[in-house]
Amino acid sequence: MGIISSGFRGRRNKDQPGLPPGQYLTESFPVLSAGPTPRIDTAEWEFQLTTEAGQVHSWSWDDFQNLPQEEFTVDIHCVTSWSKFGTRWKGVSLDTFFQDVDTSHPYTMFSSYGGYTTNLPMEDILNGKAWIVHQFDGEDLQPAHGGPARLLVPHLYFWKSAKWVRGLRMMERNDPGFWETNGYNLHGDPWLEERYW
Amino acid sequence: MSRTWRTADVVEARFETATARTIALQFPDPVSSIGGQHVDIRLTAPDGYTAVRSYSVAGTLPPTGLEITVEELEDGEVSPYLVRDLTVGDQVEMRGPVGGWFVWQPSDTSPVQLIGGGSGVVPLMAMVRSHRAAGSTVPMQLLYSVRGPSSVIYRGELEKLEASSPPLPVEYVYTREAPAGDPVGRLSPATLMPRILPPAADPAVFICGATGFVEAVAAWLVEAGYTEGRIKTERYGGTGDGS
Repeated sequence: MGIISSGFRGRRNKDQPGLPPGQYLTESFPVLSAGPTPRIDTAEWEFQLTTEAGQVHSWSWDDFQNLPQEEFTVDIHCVTSWSKFGTRWKGVSLDTFFQDVDTSHPYTMFSSYGGYTTNLPMEDILNGKAWIVHQFDGEDLQPAHGGPARLLVPHLYFWKSAKWVRGLRMMERNDPGFWETNGYNLHGDPWLEERYW
Repeated sequence: MSRTWRTADVVEARFETATARTIALQFPDPVSSIGGQHVDIRLTAPDGYTAVRSYSVAGTLPPTGLEITVEELEDGEVSPYLVRDLTVGDQVEMRGPVGGWFVWQPSDTSPVQLIGGGSGVVPLMAMVRSHRAAGSTVPMQLLYSVRGPSSVIYRGELEKLEASSPPLPVEYVYTREAPAGDPVGRLSPATLMPRILPPAADPAVFICGATGFVEAVAAWLVEAGYTEGRIKTERYGGTGDGS
């Protein structure tokens, strides 16, 4: 046990099931990002998946909207210690994007409009674990929250859920992305408190 | 290193405004921080309940100390304790400092424009102090948006810096209540642009404040021709998370 602050009581919402260690619950939806919010016209939006062979699979906004859509509700956990339960999203599973993709590389690097990158192992994005989403709570995703479309990987800390996503490329090694070279953990599992280096 | 919790002694606590308090922490071992980084503070209640929050480092006290400045949040869980109850002689636990993006390095050579809203000035002040401590000759200036004169954190120190040689230019924007002769009102492109380094200077820009403030200012700067990739932002309570 750590140093005791005798006058500190706290809120004690921690024993709630579903709340990872060191997290607290918030009802609001804080916005955090590294720079200006990019404004992306869906007419120009494109999502590209590049394999190790240099093959590029790309989807326009209309292609994306015509893929099988899933609506789901998940909890999200930010490395800055807030968690938000029961967030409702609509989008396309990464499994769908990978359906006709030939790759054997075990890692991916996602990139965003605006230059942000984040690395993710394949085992963390396939089998119903990750989506490209375009609606939050029944509304189009706002630019400040990553609209028109963002990656959503709810079982990892939220910085992995890259806003303004524009594509990914396959990687042989687990190279670090943007925050992962700026002090944050290479993986980011909230249940293991993989926050920092 | 930054993963481990360290015990700190509270050696000083002073109010900056009615709701913001600076807390000076001393450690058994050396601690260093780059201007703009944050730390996690952990409090443990007598029954073992713990709560962790992130706070910007306000400045360093070499070699073994640093300061944070905490704004009391209405309905906050941790900040009211840090601002109202914590006393000199108490101990807290700290992890960090961390962060490699929203930081200013004394080796940086380009002009710097700092833009802070409310307690968003805290990490910017760490950059100002680092700039002074290093004797950097790089132009650095601060635009500080506050509710009113009584909400200005670091007022005395900023006045001294403005009067020093070379001076640190500080521009205040008062949103609710202003000293006689100063205008009152929210920041707008018209009031912002003449008071900051121009796009031609291609400054490194650091913006910190509430989400609406940061979103608006960053969008105006991009619109006005500032280099998008040279604008770095951070929000209240945030640690520079990509979410």
